[in-house]
Amino acid sequence: MDPAPSTPAPADVPTARESFRLGVRAGVPYAVVGCVLALSFGVLARDAGFSALGALVMSAIVFAGSAQFTVVSILAGGGGMGAAIGAAALMNSRFLPMGAALAPSLSGRALQRAAQGQTVVDASWAMANRGEGRFDRHFLFGASAVQYVTWLGGTAFGAFGGQALGDPKLLGLDVIFPAFFLVLLLGELRDARSRGVALAGAAIALALVPIAPPGVPVLVASAAALVGLRQPAGDDPRRGGVT
Amino acid sequence: MSTELWLVIAGCAAVTAIIKAAGPVALGGRELPPRAAGVIGLMAPALLAALIVTQALADGSRLHVGADTAGVAVAGLVAWRGGSVLPAVALAVVVTAGLRALG
Repeated sequence: MDPAPSTPAPADVPTARESFRLGVRAGVPYAVVGCVLALSFGVLARDAGFSALGALVMSAIVFAGSAQFTVVSILAGGGGMGAAIGAAALMNSRFLPMGAALAPSLSGRALQRAAQGQTVVDASWAMANRGEGRFDRHFLFGASAVQYVTWLGGTAFGAFGGQALGDPKLLGLDVIFPAFFLVLLLGELRDARSRGVALAGAAIALALVPIAPPGVPVLVASAAALVGLRQPAGDDPRRGGVT
Repeated sequence: MSTELWLVIAGCAAVTAIIKAAGPVALGGRELPPRAAGVIGLMAPALLAALIVTQALADGSRLHVGADTAGVAVAGLVAWRGGSVLPAVALAVVVTAGLRALG
């Protein structure tokens, strides 16, 4: 979530268990934020027509906040399945380079490596980075495990207990995600090119809102990222992070 | 809940799992082509900006400015002035709920 969390570097190489425990501890602040986000996801998913169980299942098997919220906001706006899944896939495309960077630090056969790759979430990946292409995978597992627990807990609370809170709109719960996204976006705007892409994405989406089917404006706005074809990125594309 | 929503959940889980597995299984530590990496690196700003404006400046298929617009703007201001994520989001909620209570 944070674009550049601090990277604790133990003096000597810790054992797998120690690494896992250190990861859990480092993941706690992100787990707290994730819990609040998940609560609002649970409430908004119910609003978008999900059952409480559906919202919880989605958090359990997708476990990618920005993709989940993208899906819910597109469906709530009347968008179709294809637009929702397509936008979620694009939102998750950042896990491709992150997974590729992690690969040499994983072990085992293809299936095991694939399973270990599922633990990548932004904050854990960034914190487990030990530099020079090395990652502490047990630290990664620990940091993601604690975030997974609160992500499920928050979703369950919002999805099953959200009705007791009253109208989510009167409480302002619907702004949690756009506000969170704006904070993330400001962290992404490191150079003129990313600022230009953000402006172009916003302009494309706004121009299409009145004329295109719901969900499509966000999908088409991703075309602004094609500017990246023109020249190799100046800085490391893996450094960016959304939850 | 409709079958369509369950399919969306399944589809979303499948694409996420495939994307997360692709690097560790297929790429095996090789770098992505620079052009692909460049596009992917810019995906977050493009999508985040589009999601923010379609939620804060639109209501369905029409453009609309409301209490949520003000709330999100306040969060941006707090973060831009160096505030961290929790106070920014909390203030956005308070401003939005407050304006709606007044309106």
